[in-house]
Amino acid sequence: MFITRRAEFSASHVCSQSSLTAEQNRQLYGLAANPNGHGHNYVLEVTLEGEPDPATGMIFDLKRLKEIIQQEVVEPMDHRFLNYEVPPFDKVVPTAENIAAEIWARLNAHFHGSRARLNNVRLYETDDLYVDYAEQRQ
Amino acid sequence: MTRVTRRYRFVASHRLNAAHFSDQQNRDLYGKCNNPYGHGHDYVLDITASGPIDPSSGQAVSIAALDRLVSDRVLRDFDHKYLNADLDDFKELVPTSENIMRVIDGRLRAQWPAVFPGEWPRLETIGLRETRRNRFELRTTE
Repeated sequence: MFITRRAEFSASHVCSQSSLTAEQNRQLYGLAANPNGHGHNYVLEVTLEGEPDPATGMIFDLKRLKEIIQQEVVEPMDHRFLNYEVPPFDKVVPTAENIAAEIWARLNAHFHGSRARLNNVRLYETDDLYVDYAEQRQ
Repeated sequence: MTRVTRRYRFVASHRLNAAHFSDQQNRDLYGKCNNPYGHGHDYVLDITASGPIDPSSGQAVSIAALDRLVSDRVLRDFDHKYLNADLDDFKELVPTSENIMRVIDGRLRAQWPAVFPGEWPRLETIGLRETRRNRFELRTTE
């Protein structure tokens, strides 16, 4: 069984690599390479997988999931310029793919030893672009 | 593995009428979609590609490259067109959403190796929303 919780945060970013020229960055990232950055209202959908606990009827305490997402993602990233304010994006290009992978890493540790497993992280950068990120199960 | 889904839009008209059926059969089969002068939709096209995140670009899929491909091979030919009359692809083929997806899949796949020369990313899914009540999906993985 799967359960999905949604959260939103607004942040700015710029996608470019210092090893590339301005023209190469523009070819690769398009408008997202504009040097002063630009922002999005990111929408995050976190999907957990598991069987409900027979006693509680829940896969995972959703109040707790909300707190984890708030603490790991929304508080550090909301209304921030990711490249300047949210490591590792001082070194890692904050593409939607890399942000989704970072969110996976931040969340995943919270489900060790629980009956729920992290199944998927979906990150909408805009209504017209989203990324699904999932690491293979060990 | 990371999957990236990008949404595009085009508006087009079509008429569903198969030459091998009688007029009455076509009316029974396709209903209003068989009306002789055609009708239009605001199509929403979702293209999903998958692959590992490239460590240097931070991307599984270059959105800029995908945008150029879809724009050149699909949107420029499909947008604001009468599919039956304006596109050779539908001279013999009824432009149902299923067939539109197959045509789009063929057009993208023909150029895919030139745009994405490596093993990744791979074209995975084509989704087509004809109206808010009709959405079709073609999973193209081998």
